[in-house]
Amino acid sequence: MNIGNVLSNLWATSGFVGLTARWENVVMIIIACVLLYLAIVKKFEPLLLVGIAFGMLLSNLPYNGMMHMELFQGDPASVDYMNILHHGGLLDILYIGVKLGIYPCLIFMGVGAMTDFGPMMARPSSMILGAAAQVGVYCAFILAIALGFMPNEAASIGIIGGADGPTAIFLTAKLAPHLLGPIAIAAYSYMALIPLIQPPIMRALTTETERKVVMTQERPVSKSTKIIFPIAVTIFIVLVLPSVAPLIGCLMLGNLFKECLVVDRLSDTTQNALMNIVTIFLSLTVGATSVGYIEGPGGANIGFLSASTLKIIVLGLLAFSFSTAGGLIFGKIMYRVSGGKINPLIGSAGVSAVPMAARVSQVEGQKANPSNFLLMHAMGPNVAGVIGSAVAAGFLLAVFG
Amino acid sequence: MDAAQSFGFGSALGISVLGFCIVFFVLVVLMVVIRVLRALMESVDTRKAAGAAASASTAAASVPVGPSMSINPNMVPATGSLGEIKLHKVDDTTAAMLMAIVADELKAPLNELRFISIREKN
Repeated sequence: MNIGNVLSNLWATSGFVGLTARWENVVMIIIACVLLYLAIVKKFEPLLLVGIAFGMLLSNLPYNGMMHMELFQGDPASVDYMNILHHGGLLDILYIGVKLGIYPCLIFMGVGAMTDFGPMMARPSSMILGAAAQVGVYCAFILAIALGFMPNEAASIGIIGGADGPTAIFLTAKLAPHLLGPIAIAAYSYMALIPLIQPPIMRALTTETERKVVMTQERPVSKSTKIIFPIAVTIFIVLVLPSVAPLIGCLMLGNLFKECLVVDRLSDTTQNALMNIVTIFLSLTVGATSVGYIEGPGGANIGFLSASTLKIIVLGLLAFSFSTAGGLIFGKIMYRVSGGKINPLIGSAGVSAVPMAARVSQVEGQKANPSNFLLMHAMGPNVAGVIGSAVAAGFLLAVFG
Repeated sequence: MDAAQSFGFGSALGISVLGFCIVFFVLVVLMVVIRVLRALMESVDTRKAAGAAASASTAAASVPVGPSMSINPNMVPATGSLGEIKLHKVDDTTAAMLMAIVADELKAPLNELRFISIREKN
């Protein structure tokens, strides 16, 4: 055996050679390290960003055989899952859960089990703010069409404005799986950046007097109402939009576990163990879809480092901003209609992103009036926004799916 | 790109307006559903509470007062719990709250618990 040949073979099969062949992988590794820094040091959505960034790192280290995006390309109906199970790597197999829309639904179950819809039920008018804050979804959709995206891609980009990671992943996996990486990263990055994105818009669209409004406490909601609510919502929404059944069904099942008080073990598992396990799988595999270079039709790069990613990042920011503005404008309308009893700052919380957006409303409200506590009032539109973004996704899926 | 152009700005606008209207419609209907649900539940709860209060007052009226249970001026009759309770520098509201907390912690109905006295320390 020639030691020289062995060393030569070792070098030829090492990832270093792969790195020299594709500069895109090197850039993606640097981006992954920056995201890890933001997650660990700056604490930007660390529960998700650590997994996403590490998945990105793994899938861009050449020749490790963990992720083969080419196995998932093409018509979603033609993906050969048996082939993936036989020849795929660990991340390929875990990614099947994203591709089939399983993880986002399980995440929604956990979200439902952790969410108290009480503030929304105490003030049902907050549903209007949750609906108004979906305007960014449709503004971004129109802009994406104007920028030349296909309608299914535009719908997936638009849903970033719903500020709901699982919904964005669910819809994109169904409509435009090749954009899953950039859309998921844009959605989660902007959710983490909500404390920076929303306040300037909130201050620009509201007056000092409006921000100072102290809202009165609503009557508490009875336990029986809280138990019947998830059942009634499921029946109604699934009848109107059957396509959103997986998301709304899981969200409401999780909430029923929490509220009915007879399945404490299930509620506990959904909120903690299941949620954590699925978060690991989801974040890791979504990050792993961000491969720097994937050869598309005609040799064009359809991977993460393409012009479309830059457009998605810009459109995502616009979607978030329009949604915030939509919620605030309707908040101002409700301020007028209620005779100054509703603080319009709670409107911006309609952009889902529970509970970050509600916290921003609280912080801005306290800046204007230190004795103001808007958090629980903002939680109403906030959880209504979760339902609103799921309905918006269901509509887009029904039209373009 | 061709498909996007054939879809057109007008179609995108139409779909967006329709989608936004549907989101509004669904959430406004849910708002109405919640209002109806709350009203229904509140009326049911009110009826239940009224029924419970009526049966409690009937039960209290039928409890015989034995010869050994002489009325002490320091004793306050506790209609919600078993027997009587002696309150030392504790107002009725605080006493009721403490009794409710104890009943909740012990997972036992209040009328099956016997409180002897509640006294405020210091």
